[in-house]
Amino acid sequence: MDPRQRLARHIVDLPRSGIREFFDIVSTRQGVVSLAIGEPDFDTPWHIREAAMFSLEQGATHYTGNAGLLSLRRAIADYVKANFGGDYDPASEVLVTVGASEGLDCALRALLNPGDEVLYHEPCFVSYAPEIAMAHGVPVPVETHPDDGFRLSVEALEAKVTPRTKALIVNFPNNPTGAVLDRAEVEAIADFAIRHDLIVCSDEIYAELTWGGRKHVSFASIPALRDRLVLLHGYSKAWAMTGFRMAYVCAPKWMMDTILKIHQYAIMCASTASQHAALEAMRKPAEDMAPMLRAYERRRNFLSAAFADAGIPMHTPAGAFYAFPDIRRFGLTSREFAVRLLDAENVAVVPGTAFGACGEGFVRCSYATGMEQLKLAAERIARFVNTL
Amino acid sequence: MVEELLDILRNNAKESPETIARMLGVAPGEVEASIAKLEREGVIRGWQAIINEDLVPHETVTAVIEVRVTPEREGGFNRVAERVSKFREVKAAYLMSGAYDLLLFVSADNLLSVARFVSEKLSTIHGVLSTATHFQLKTYKQNGVLMAKPAEDERLPVSP
Repeated sequence: MDPRQRLARHIVDLPRSGIREFFDIVSTRQGVVSLAIGEPDFDTPWHIREAAMFSLEQGATHYTGNAGLLSLRRAIADYVKANFGGDYDPASEVLVTVGASEGLDCALRALLNPGDEVLYHEPCFVSYAPEIAMAHGVPVPVETHPDDGFRLSVEALEAKVTPRTKALIVNFPNNPTGAVLDRAEVEAIADFAIRHDLIVCSDEIYAELTWGGRKHVSFASIPALRDRLVLLHGYSKAWAMTGFRMAYVCAPKWMMDTILKIHQYAIMCASTASQHAALEAMRKPAEDMAPMLRAYERRRNFLSAAFADAGIPMHTPAGAFYAFPDIRRFGLTSREFAVRLLDAENVAVVPGTAFGACGEGFVRCSYATGMEQLKLAAERIARFVNTL
Repeated sequence: MVEELLDILRNNAKESPETIARMLGVAPGEVEASIAKLEREGVIRGWQAIINEDLVPHETVTAVIEVRVTPEREGGFNRVAERVSKFREVKAAYLMSGAYDLLLFVSADNLLSVARFVSEKLSTIHGVLSTATHFQLKTYKQNGVLMAKPAEDERLPVSP
């Protein structure tokens, strides 16, 4: 008997992450120019790192309250109010988590009964469907398309909603497509959720990363959604703090009590030193982000122009730090394109199919990479597509 | 556009007009014209490398010198400051608030040369009241650039 039969079926049956598979291929090679990295190339601003060290010096080596330091939750509530437009009580509606993925995991486990369906849009971050399945839910993908810039339409949602649908996961600005929603679209999706009595889990981890004068529209800015919204945000992207694993959940008290229960039993509390770093990060967020945001936007412009010159069609990403060029004209699958590009030019991009079946025909190129690497990659990709 | 352009050049003076044009979404000709204009107006005063002199095998000593000056009617500190600035040894000169008036960065072949410059040239200028000389021992950061070589990129080559 296969001993794995003893393991939890719903976990064993989870597919292996497409990113993980490609990682294994890339890892065998030396000197790769990688546009496959989904985290900032910047180190965390020094004053934030320094604050974490100071907290350790001061003996902040103990547990905090389950939901996190109250001072941090207060700062989060203020930040969310000022930047997202949502009003949350720091004492009962804010939870500090170990990354936004933990927040989503806790929220889904709190929400779902076995067999409940959850809508999410593809192409998307690799963890959504597995996290739904881990919570005994049924993941229901909704496709988005290049023709409308990978935005999420209510028509597409209506086609997939059923009486068993419990929740909807949305992620804008989007990984991997760079798509952003405008206010009318956010309102339409909110109406859809209210009409079908759904909970909305909005992963807004890239909120600050919007380009071309676009401003992020948060689902938290829709008052009618407040009672059915789980807002996920964190420090990884905008503050370049991935390794601190600092994020948070904002949700109405009726949900938060139950979400907190899971976090409390599974995690106890987020790392105390990281929480002190996050508290420092709340002191002058605009100043910390400004140089990084400027650099990302310039790289995004550079990459868009470089792909246009190379004859690679692409919708211009409005947010996050990903370009999602259309490679269908070259007659290769996403995976073939990525593998052959790696072979020929030692440049790594992620096949679009790692983010869902409808990512076929696209590859994800992260521009969270220095200009020198980006120039090199753009030059090599142009040379590569010329050979196809 | 000018502010953005200067920000890019402050970061990397070698960035090509073609790349800058792509970064800013304008034509390369426009970037070239802007740079030429900034040079003409004296906003861009030159193009230099940032060098970690500690790693260059030649003997140079750099001193930071605080200078107290008697201001003059109608010229203030300018006449003395400009006169001091003209010495080849003076690499940088600033008018300061606080306990002294001018701050100079002076480089010469050796300690003796700096000492001679201070005693023979600087102190004897009419209007210079006093000087305090400090020698630089090691450079950790200049022009916003850390002199220690950056660590290798330790990020995973592929990640979500």
